[in-house]
Amino acid sequence: MSAGPAPVLVLAAGNPSRGDDAIGPLLAERLEAARLPGVEVLSDFQWQVEHALELEGRALAVFVDAGMATAAPCELRAVSRSARFLHTTHALEPGAVLETYHLVTGRTPPPALLLCVRGESFELGEALTPAASLHLEAAWAQLRRLCESEWVRFTSSR
Amino acid sequence: MSDALETADRPAGLRRVAIEPLSRVEGHGKVTLLLDEDDHVRQARLHIVEFRGFEKFIQGRPYWEVPVMVQRLCGICPVSHHLAASKALDQVVGATRLTPTAEKLRRLMHYGQILQSHALHFFHLASPDLLFGFDAEVARRNIVGLAAEHPDIARRGVLLRKYGQEVIRHTAGKRIHGTSSVPGGVNKNLSAAERDTLLEDIYRIVAWSRDAVHLVRRLFEQDLPRYREFASFPAKSLSLVRADGALDLYHGRLRASDEYGRRIFDGVDYNHYWEHISEEVKPWSYMKFPYLKELGPEVGWYRVGPLTRVTNCDFIPTPLADRERRELLDFDQGRVAASTLGFHWARMIEMLHAAEAIKELLHDADLLGDELLASGERQARGVGAIEAPRGTLIHHYRVDEHDQVVRATLIVSTTHNNEAMNRAIREVARRYLDGRQLTEGLLNHIEVAVRAFDPCLSCATHAIGKMPLAVQLVDAGGDVVDTLRRG
Repeated sequence: MSAGPAPVLVLAAGNPSRGDDAIGPLLAERLEAARLPGVEVLSDFQWQVEHALELEGRALAVFVDAGMATAAPCELRAVSRSARFLHTTHALEPGAVLETYHLVTGRTPPPALLLCVRGESFELGEALTPAASLHLEAAWAQLRRLCESEWVRFTSSR
Repeated sequence: MSDALETADRPAGLRRVAIEPLSRVEGHGKVTLLLDEDDHVRQARLHIVEFRGFEKFIQGRPYWEVPVMVQRLCGICPVSHHLAASKALDQVVGATRLTPTAEKLRRLMHYGQILQSHALHFFHLASPDLLFGFDAEVARRNIVGLAAEHPDIARRGVLLRKYGQEVIRHTAGKRIHGTSSVPGGVNKNLSAAERDTLLEDIYRIVAWSRDAVHLVRRLFEQDLPRYREFASFPAKSLSLVRADGALDLYHGRLRASDEYGRRIFDGVDYNHYWEHISEEVKPWSYMKFPYLKELGPEVGWYRVGPLTRVTNCDFIPTPLADRERRELLDFDQGRVAASTLGFHWARMIEMLHAAEAIKELLHDADLLGDELLASGERQARGVGAIEAPRGTLIHHYRVDEHDQVVRATLIVSTTHNNEAMNRAIREVARRYLDGRQLTEGLLNHIEVAVRAFDPCLSCATHAIGKMPLAVQLVDAGGDVVDTLRRG
C-alpha cells in the first residue's frame, strides 16, 4: 500500500447542535470509529474552498449531509463539477468543491458521490428528530456498505 | 444621506420587492423595497431574523463547557466565539493575567481566523463583483469566472484560506470544535514541528496578502468615483484599541469616534460596555439596533469591522500593514474612511496584519512554553470582548456557585452593523434603483452593499432550510406578479 492519502475521502457536513443537521457529523463519528482501511473521514460545519485541496490523490470522494428536500431515508447520487456558486452564502455545494479543485490544480477531480439524508428540523440546541434517527440508521448501513465494497478494498490495496 | 427611505409616508398602494438571500447554515436576511407606480423607491429595509436562542442554549451548562459549545453557534467564525467565551470565563476563574504562552497561542489562533475569514470573503464572495462589475452576468460573478480570467488570484484565495485553517488546526487542537482555549488559558502549546510546518509558508502568505491590498487599491484607482460614492456615508466608529492606540484584534479597550474622527469615548473597559452601548427595537425588524448611550438612539448608531478598526486606531503594530494603513488614509483626501467599498481595502490590510503577526509569533519561543494556565479568586461574572473578523464581539456570563451559567448575553458583530447596513441599502436604492426598471444587475447593487460588511447571519439568525436567492415583485394587493430566482 502506498504512503499517500487514503483513497476514499468521506466529507461530512453539519452542526452537531442544530437538530437534524447533526446527521453528517454523527455518520462521520461512526465511520471514524469503524477504522475502515483506505477510508479517511473529515467533518466540518460546511464545505468550503479549502476542502477542494483535500481531494488531491483520492480515488473517490463521498460527501455526506442532511437535506430537507431529500426523499426519506436517504439518497446516494453521483456528483459532478458544477459552477453553481451561491455568493449569498459562505458555504459551497459538493459540485462547487469539485470545481474548485479543478480551478486550483487544473486537474480533473476524483469521482464523487453525495449521500444526502433526509432531515426535518434544524434548530439550535435541538436533538435529532425521531424520523432523522431512523434515516441515520439507513444511511449508516448504506455508507458502510459503500466503504467496505470490493472496489474500495481493491483501491486501498494498490 | 438621511433616514428618508427607512419608512414610507404612505405605504398603501406601493409595490413591494423582496430580495431574499437564504441558506441552511447562515439563517436568513431579506431586503424589501417599496416602489410607487413610477418605480420610485419609497422605502428600503434590510430585515435580518435575529436568533435570540443563544441564552437558552448556554444557560444551565457548566462554565468550563462554554468555550467549546459556543463554537456551534456559528459555522463561519467559531474561533471568535471560542476566544470571546474564554476571555469572559478567564475572569470567572480569576485569571486576570494569562501566561505569555497562553496569550500568544490564543493570539496566533485568532490571527489564523482573521486570515482565513478575510481571504474567503474577499477572494470568493467579493472580488468577482469588484473585478467584473456589479452588473456583470451572474454566471461570471463567481470564483469560476474569477479563475477563468484571473487564475492566480483565485488560486491564492484558496491557499490563503487553507493556511489560516492550518494555523487554527495547530493551535486549537482540531480542525473544528477546537478545545485548546479554556478558562484561564490554554490546554496545549505549539510543538516545534507544528511551528516549523507553519513557518514553511508564512513568507509567501505575507507577500500574497500584500499583493491583495495592492489589488484593492488598483480597483479604487481604476474607478474612483464609484468606489468613493457607492453606498457610502459618514459613520461613527466603535472598536477595541490597545492602550497605546494600536490596532489590536485580540484585546483592548473600547474607543468610539464620530464621523470626523473625534473621540466620543476612549479607554473604556469593556467590562462596563452596557454603560455605553444599548440596543433599540424597531417594530419592522427582528434584529436590534445598537447605539451609543452618550448620543442616544437617533444619532448614536455606529459601524464596526475592518474599515472602522483600521481608521479608528492610531497605528498598526506590524510594519507592512501600517504602511498600507497610511496609504489608505492619505488616498483621495481621506474619503475612503466613509466609503462602504473601503471595507474591502481595510479587510485586506487586516489580512496582511494577521499574516505579519503570525510570522512574528512563529518566531517567539513562548509559543513552545509549558506554563499554560493561570487562576485567581473566583468571580460570579465575566465579560469577554474580541475583534472578530466582522467586528466587535461581546460575550457576557453570570455563573452561580454550582459552576452553572445562569445568564448569557452576546452582542455579535452583524448586530452592531444593523443600522449601517440599512443605510447602505437606502443609499443604493436612492442612487441606483430609483425610477428605473429593476434588473438582476441593479438588484445585485443591493447585495454588493450588504456584502461589503460581510454579515454573518448564522449567529445573528436561526437556520431555516436551504433556499435560493429569490426576488419577488408583489403588487399593491399583495399578489406575487413576478419571481426571479438565483442559485
